[in-house]
Amino acid sequence: MKVDPALVDHVARLARLGLTPDDRLRYVSELTRILAYVEKLNTLDVAGAEPLVHPFEGRNVFRPDAVQASPPPEDGLANAPDRIEKFFKVPKVIE
Amino acid sequence: MEMLDLPAHELRDAVAGRRVSAREVAERSLVRIERLDPRLKAFLTLRKDAALRDADALDASIARGEPPGPLAGVPMALKDNLCTRGVRTTCASRILGNFVPTYDATVVEKLRAAGALLVGKTNMDEFAMGSSTENSAFGPTLNPWDVTRVPGGSSGGTTAAVAAGLATAGLGSDTGGSIRQPASLCGVVGLKPTYGRVSRFGLVAFASSLDQIGPITRNVRDAALCLQAIAGPDPRDSTSASVETPDFLRDLEAGAKGLRLGIPKEYFGAGIDPEVASAVEAAIDVLRRAGATTQEVSLPHTDYGIAAYYVVAPAEASSNLARYDGVRYGLRAADTRGLLSMYEETRRQGFGREVSRRIMLGTFALSSGYYDAYYQKALKVRRRIKDDFDAAFGSVDALVCPTSPVPAFKLGEKADDPLQMYLADVFTVCLNMAGLPGISVPCGLAGGKLPIGLQILGRAFDESTVLRVARAYERETDWHSRRPEVAEA
Repeated sequence: MKVDPALVDHVARLARLGLTPDDRLRYVSELTRILAYVEKLNTLDVAGAEPLVHPFEGRNVFRPDAVQASPPPEDGLANAPDRIEKFFKVPKVIE
Repeated sequence: MEMLDLPAHELRDAVAGRRVSAREVAERSLVRIERLDPRLKAFLTLRKDAALRDADALDASIARGEPPGPLAGVPMALKDNLCTRGVRTTCASRILGNFVPTYDATVVEKLRAAGALLVGKTNMDEFAMGSSTENSAFGPTLNPWDVTRVPGGSSGGTTAAVAAGLATAGLGSDTGGSIRQPASLCGVVGLKPTYGRVSRFGLVAFASSLDQIGPITRNVRDAALCLQAIAGPDPRDSTSASVETPDFLRDLEAGAKGLRLGIPKEYFGAGIDPEVASAVEAAIDVLRRAGATTQEVSLPHTDYGIAAYYVVAPAEASSNLARYDGVRYGLRAADTRGLLSMYEETRRQGFGREVSRRIMLGTFALSSGYYDAYYQKALKVRRRIKDDFDAAFGSVDALVCPTSPVPAFKLGEKADDPLQMYLADVFTVCLNMAGLPGISVPCGLAGGKLPIGLQILGRAFDESTVLRVARAYERETDWHSRRPEVAEA
């Protein structure tokens, strides 16, 4: 897998991660090297294997459909970087 | 003997029997932290006054004749990814530098209920991503055995604190070895429970199918005692298992006689330090002499563990860490233009190098066009890794092997080479991939001064056997009672 600057930009955009020009160069070489190692997985034949997503599979967990207390709104807002009344304040979304 | 060097269970009995006050224990712990932590940098936040207030309340309740909890008066350190109501919880990240939870993690509630004195929050690799505690936004923790070396990671703050006697016990979290590897490098006991044994509610998520909270202590009995206090199903964590919590102390002294131990040959291969190999082989001899039978077993996919882990864990991390967007809590970058730029700039400024690298790696592995070749492939290898363990446990009760291929390495030695750092986890990641329990116990000192760890791996929900083997070994040796001499800064 050859990682080029365009792929780094694409992945960073998906991850909502800002990059400096130095970061971009660093990721080209680091991701290339790490993925070269990861590609040893391709030497293994796992055709029949069922993917294991989670250690304990096929289990659903329900609770009674009863109203429970939730944390007060003030708790939810306690760490907000910016707020107006009982809302999180963010930069303008629609121009 | 210094009170703080007593095992947790003895200290608890002394406090419960009013031979010593919780107040005095808390004061001693805080004094030792004040004296030695400027050197080790194990703690990020101390609960000085709060711990003393808790101690006074505990003394008062014991004086009233109320039954003291199983950890009454035991000073404990908490990794800083465990949410503590009203106490800053940073994950050693700039992005959570000012985050003050409004609730306690379930394990924190349980420790409080058991009477533990929570003295502070400890340093770690940022978001638990690392094997040396160097990836902390607040600087590295040093190994109490040799301050030019790392304590291991990511739970390096708790392990250094417990090894140096700043606290009697503590909690860490283990996603790919982050309890066992630092326990090995610091000469203490570190237990990673079965996935689902301990509630993860209030543990800041790294990789949700791998993360598990566990105790770090100076002896095996204390590990059992702490596990007892924190284990059990929790309605607030749907991945906590609805299984009965056994009495982990019941079979603790049952000894090694009659146990069948497997020695996985892949854990003694190339790259292992010769002193580590010989210490672990000697430890296996001790278990044999104590009555265990041993046989060689094979876990053929071990060599693929790191490659599969470093797809699965970053993939889950990239998804979990999407929540750090500067909106609801944590850092928000100033002076950005529009919402997208606010997200990108906040995350660029807030995350350190290793965390950003794993977000990139994980986002890549989950992205359209690469998902099948990387993420799905890694999950299939994960299945094979679990199958390996299932097959081995068909003929043995537990596996014994090294925890880390090398003793503590120098600060900076692997810091600039992410892949070399990842390979430090070669003997620990497979256990997390399979969701099984494991422990590291001290079994030697390389060059007479750097701890070596023996790792014992068990079947799902069979921590009792893991603890029994560990205790059977500990009874025959005194490695666990060796303590480092830490000079003041």
